[in-house]
Amino acid sequence: MAYAATTTPAKNRDPRDRGGEAQPLLMVKGLLKYFPVLGGVLNRKVASVQAVDDVSFDVAKGETLGVVGESGCGKSTTARLLMRLIEPDAGSVIFDGEGVGEQHGLSVRDMRRSMQMVFQDSYASLNPRLTIEETIAFGPKVHGVSGKEARDRARALLGKVGLDPNLFVRRYPHELSGGQRQRINIARALALEPRLVIFDEAVSALDKSVEAQVLNLLNDLKRDMSLTYIFISHDLNVVRYISDRVLVMYLGKVVETGTVEAIYGNPRHPYTRALLSSMPSMDPGKRTTAPALTGDPPNPINPPSGCRFRTRCAFAEGVCATVEPRLEIVADAERHAAACHMEIAGSGHTKAIPQLAPQLSGAVA
Amino acid sequence: MTAALRQDAAPVAAPARVPLVSVEGLTVKFKGGDGSIAAVNGVDFTLERGKVLTILGESGSGKSVTLKAMMRLHPARKTTYGGKIMIGGRNILALSERELVQVRGSVVSMIFQEPMLAFDPVYTIGHQIAETVVRHEGVSRRDADKRALDLLEMVQIPSAARRLKAYPHEMSGGMRQRAMIALALSCRPDLLLADEPTTALDATVQMQVLVLLRQLQREMGMAVIFVTHDMGVAAEIADDVAVMYAGRFIEAGPVGPVIGKRLHPYTEGLLASTVHGASRGERLETIPGSPPNLAKLPSGCSFAPRCKYVEQRCRETEIPLFKPEPDHSARCLRIDR
Repeated sequence: MAYAATTTPAKNRDPRDRGGEAQPLLMVKGLLKYFPVLGGVLNRKVASVQAVDDVSFDVAKGETLGVVGESGCGKSTTARLLMRLIEPDAGSVIFDGEGVGEQHGLSVRDMRRSMQMVFQDSYASLNPRLTIEETIAFGPKVHGVSGKEARDRARALLGKVGLDPNLFVRRYPHELSGGQRQRINIARALALEPRLVIFDEAVSALDKSVEAQVLNLLNDLKRDMSLTYIFISHDLNVVRYISDRVLVMYLGKVVETGTVEAIYGNPRHPYTRALLSSMPSMDPGKRTTAPALTGDPPNPINPPSGCRFRTRCAFAEGVCATVEPRLEIVADAERHAAACHMEIAGSGHTKAIPQLAPQLSGAVA
Repeated sequence: MTAALRQDAAPVAAPARVPLVSVEGLTVKFKGGDGSIAAVNGVDFTLERGKVLTILGESGSGKSVTLKAMMRLHPARKTTYGGKIMIGGRNILALSERELVQVRGSVVSMIFQEPMLAFDPVYTIGHQIAETVVRHEGVSRRDADKRALDLLEMVQIPSAARRLKAYPHEMSGGMRQRAMIALALSCRPDLLLADEPTTALDATVQMQVLVLLRQLQREMGMAVIFVTHDMGVAAEIADDVAVMYAGRFIEAGPVGPVIGKRLHPYTEGLLASTVHGASRGERLETIPGSPPNLAKLPSGCSFAPRCKYVEQRCRETEIPLFKPEPDHSARCLRIDR
């Protein structure tokens, strides 16, 4: 279980830790963002894209939460909402016991000191007119570190991400390869000594041999700097490799969450099962003969009623169109929960267990 | 054997059937700002009808350049080709512009990674497919429209009749890729070139497109050259695999042996650094360094600077092609031992 696994002896406790070991580093409740679609003669709002719809999850201290899903499922929007690069419409984010952007809570500026993000496009996220040293030192300077100290910190970080400071400090982003640029982005994210780093498809654009180098680096940094990661990727192999827990998203909703072993070993939601069986097998003798899913994900502007996956689901029944399934715990020990009527006792679905003792079924907070 | 490298300098054995594609000593050089860039440095292979050759490589290995050379799509003023590309008895590198236009689309056609950029945004999908059919086969517009509808149904686009009137931006990524496959197959080409057609797609849609491509390829008896960087995709679609590095095929053979009994240290490293399921928590094996600069390739084996088995002799001579099995070959001196 994630909480128990990450418990650290008292002597190693992070001085920045405020909430104690049992307090999740990040608690997200009811996060919601609808983007307006403008149109018509007066450019009024005619519809809304339900990008992130009532998403809740926790990230324990020291764990890596993997987020998977197809394009348009809201995983990147979730990351941007957490960083407040986009203002959420509703929902609360609690960082180590303190509400972000709330009165008597943590200001957005302070939150960004503790939480940093690495993006997919390593080139677009670097300023082409700043040298590598200026790039990494920029954040600390903004947050009040002296120029000299910020530059020293930049050099030390370059060493940490495996680049020789003497060779790289004076270079510009266009002089570097994709893998080197992504290392710079990681160094920049670490320059403020954050506790949580969000990686939004950070290794997806890299070649396989370079991707492996960066994944090793991420594991080393996590151990050395006692970091917590949120790792967003569409690559299920990479997520399985790096994560402790996984969140599966579909059309702005969390459909399943649990430990890596639970999600990959015993997936309960039909979408998770389809996603996993769409992974190429690496064995030419065991080729996929029929695709697990037909069609594309529906448009998030007018998502299907009830369960959003029902239009592509082989098990869809009447109840799926009318009632939206809650995220229900299926195995408590693994914090494994799925939002599917087949897993909810007494939901009315023919494959669901007719009725269960009420104290065993409860929604995930 | 079906599609593989011929051993350098070996006499051409009289083949029972003339292969559809045969490429000999292909080189592609680009004139750039700082000298010439050797993107492809001697590629040989043959490919028969009804077979799928997958070219596997990292960015900058020359896999897409090889593919585009098969249709001579590189800018003529900046590109120097060498060697020979024979497709269905025509030497592509010796054709005039007019002959080339005839060959493109009807004998060889291509699908790309980003279908949004391959379609014209101001015409409907149906118009663009029908236009190609009229251009190459000289049929009436009405027949061409009918054919466009059949093609969209063949690539399993739902409510095809309605989709004919759709513009590219009105379709989803997977649908656009299917429409592009329909366009590429509209004149029943003998050879389909596929440049990472599933890389930009979601996992579930990628598998749909791979299964569809394999099915169409079998039904139409086409030869396919499929370029990818993803070993898993190669395992799903390939009959034969060629691993490319610094503009050369460094290993080639049937898909099973290349993945199961790889010969070249680069193929080995590529497989080891691909993240598999069970390796959580373990350190991933990596290939140190980065691919070579194509403007100044190292002498000898171009993989030598990154190779863990490197010896002095690797840097001294050009590495010939070794064939420990009749259809499985690699360029590495370790095989010689």
